Amino acid sequence: MNRLAVPKTYKLFIGGKFPRSESGRTTTVSSPTGEFLANVAQASRKDARDAVVAARAAVAAWSGATAYNRGQVLYRIAEMLEGRAEQFVTEIVQATGVKPADARTEVAAAIDCLVWHAGWTDKFAQVHGGANPVAGPFFNLSVPEPTGVVALVASSGNGTSLLGLVASIAPALTTGNTVVVLASESAPCPAMTFAEVLATSDVPGGAINILTGSVAEVTPWLASHADVNAIDLTGAERGLATECERSAAETLMRVIRPGTFGPTECAFERIAAFVETKTVWHTKSLS
Amino acid sequence: MTFRDYAPAPESTAILKLQKSYGLFINGEWSDGHGGSMTTISPATEKPIAEVALADASDVNRAVAAARKSYDTVWSKMSGAERGKYLFRIARLIQERAREFAVAETLDNGKPIRETRDIDIPLVAAWFFHYAGWADKLDYAGLGPKPSSLGVAGQIIPWNFPLLMLAWKVAPALAAGNTVVLKPAETTPLTALLFADVCQQAGLPAGVVNIIPGLGGVAGQALVEHAGINKIAFTGSTAVGRGIARALAGTDTRLTLELGGKGANIIFDDAAMDQAVEGIINGIFFNQGHVCCAGSRLLVQENVQDEVVEKLTRRLSTLRLGDPLDKNTDIGAINSRAQLDRITAIAATGEAEGADRWTLDCEIPKAGFWFRPTLFTNVTTSHTVAKDEIFGPVLSVLSFRTPDEAIAKANNTPYGLSAGVWTNNASRMLRVVDSLRAGVVWANTFNQFDPTSPFGGYKESGYGREGGRHGLAAYLATGGAR
Repeated sequence: MNRLAVPKTYKLFIGGKFPRSESGRTTTVSSPTGEFLANVAQASRKDARDAVVAARAAVAAWSGATAYNRGQVLYRIAEMLEGRAEQFVTEIVQATGVKPADARTEVAAAIDCLVWHAGWTDKFAQVHGGANPVAGPFFNLSVPEPTGVVALVASSGNGTSLLGLVASIAPALTTGNTVVVLASESAPCPAMTFAEVLATSDVPGGAINILTGSVAEVTPWLASHADVNAIDLTGAERGLATECERSAAETLMRVIRPGTFGPTECAFERIAAFVETKTVWHTKSLS
Repeated sequence: MTFRDYAPAPESTAILKLQKSYGLFINGEWSDGHGGSMTTISPATEKPIAEVALADASDVNRAVAAARKSYDTVWSKMSGAERGKYLFRIARLIQERAREFAVAETLDNGKPIRETRDIDIPLVAAWFFHYAGWADKLDYAGLGPKPSSLGVAGQIIPWNFPLLMLAWKVAPALAAGNTVVLKPAETTPLTALLFADVCQQAGLPAGVVNIIPGLGGVAGQALVEHAGINKIAFTGSTAVGRGIARALAGTDTRLTLELGGKGANIIFDDAAMDQAVEGIINGIFFNQGHVCCAGSRLLVQENVQDEVVEKLTRRLSTLRLGDPLDKNTDIGAINSRAQLDRITAIAATGEAEGADRWTLDCEIPKAGFWFRPTLFTNVTTSHTVAKDEIFGPVLSVLSFRTPDEAIAKANNTPYGLSAGVWTNNASRMLRVVDSLRAGVVWANTFNQFDPTSPFGGYKESGYGREGGRHGLAAYLATGGAR
């Protein structure tokens, strides 16, 4: 006799915990062939705000961690993901209908993307910042600092249900930002399973928050939130992105427009998009 | 006879050969503007200096078309080394004509000749000289491999450092291979128009630099909304910056903004007090306080507050306010009647809300726009004078007990442009510097600027940096951005 499987309840990931949407709403997710997969949480405005509060609270711990420590945590995420690679292959195939080989490629790329960023944490400041030879008796140094809380819309395209999410959050995390990310709307399950990887990777609670549901409904609340410092609209469609960019102008939130980076691109410039340069002057004298 | 009774020592204006009227500088030549004209005046005397044509939307079209043509046919095709040589030429011409520019700037802006002569104009030359050398070294700027220019940059600058802000914008833009359309501020177009003459003397190809005085709501808006612009760089108020960011939503136009500030200057009890007092004064009374990165909030440790305020008022009493062209003048004129009214109104809230006001006891000239250096004590974080950018010679004094309290108060603002820290404890200085959310932090000094040193804000003070290789990023496409 076949054993009856135990399906998972997909919830949100906020503050290191897995709450349901406070709205009580769920939305049905199906495979491309129409097969029922799950009822995932449909995040509300309140969930988005809770996630921002959690992300803000985690800024001190994550940005205050040493670059060496952040690198080890990012590497730890890669290790955990590697250990569960086959589970992700299965979920990606179910969610998006791609061939197993393609799903395997995507998972491998996600792991490698994390390792690449893990290696950047203690090098980025050296490469991006530096000493400035000013014309006077001053010590002068420019250093990159995290901008703070970053909201991101991960790509929804094929081949991105996991990799799009990882490629969007890793650059912001590298320098110490905390994130609130909206998972792929069409294939959210791999993202929520990725939250389980995060929960076992020594990531401070709240440093990474993942929401599922309607991108068009939730993103504007993040774009107009005064405690969000930057928003990456890579996964938003044009009309929504324009509306969000307009709201973001009110607080002069930093905006990454769609198309600025490829949905799965890992690039130095993408890390640089979420830092502020602080320049420090100090006098030099013998007295 | 008191120490104030020096004999006048005015700088001669004979070096200036001004025209009665100026047009728009488009495509390497002077042409008429279609947005009317205005008289630019000296804020110290209210006397007219020259008549200046104003651009309308059609003039903006012409200027952008000229910049596009020169970008496509000349400037983007030229080698970086050749571009750099034009910038070196400009730097040298500025140095040669430094006194003329200093006098013109002081006349048009109202700031003391001591500042234009020793700070503004030397920095302008330094800015061009620095970026000249970048033009053929962009691959080494650490911005990714093979960075490329953006195209035509629209640049809108403020009235507080007119020619210096032009240099901050034009030098990196040209070094990176862009062409520019620059709109100077309404009240201070003079040195930008003289700069057009420098471009001609340098033999700069027509259309690479276009200068169009105009009204913010007319020429400025037309420039921001122009479909032929690839990049907007704006320095000015946070309110206008917001509007520009909103207007560019959904476009491909790049944007950098350098906006307002409410900088905290933190004085610990172990600071070298005499130097700190000089730094505090330089921080807020330099350029009549018309400085976005001014140290307008003094945070002083409670146990030395009385001592600091006493030393401050004693030192402030020696400042000389008056004719900006006089070489002994410390405090010049407020740039415009409108700005004077704004400062006066905000300062009035200081008393109304319960702060104690101290004002320098000095004569002010009969004509022109003047505001006596002012200090508010007994200020709390909720007072308007502690929250709003005043952009004038008004300092608000608040106190703190612990470093944590100083940091919390310093960061308690939507702005994040500058901050100062005064202490002889290096470990504490570095720890406080780390905690301040501001783009420029001066430790045991204030208001220092250098072309190699990136400048720009956190939070609502804007985004992007000006200066150094970071400043090049504002005018180059790199990596995925292409």
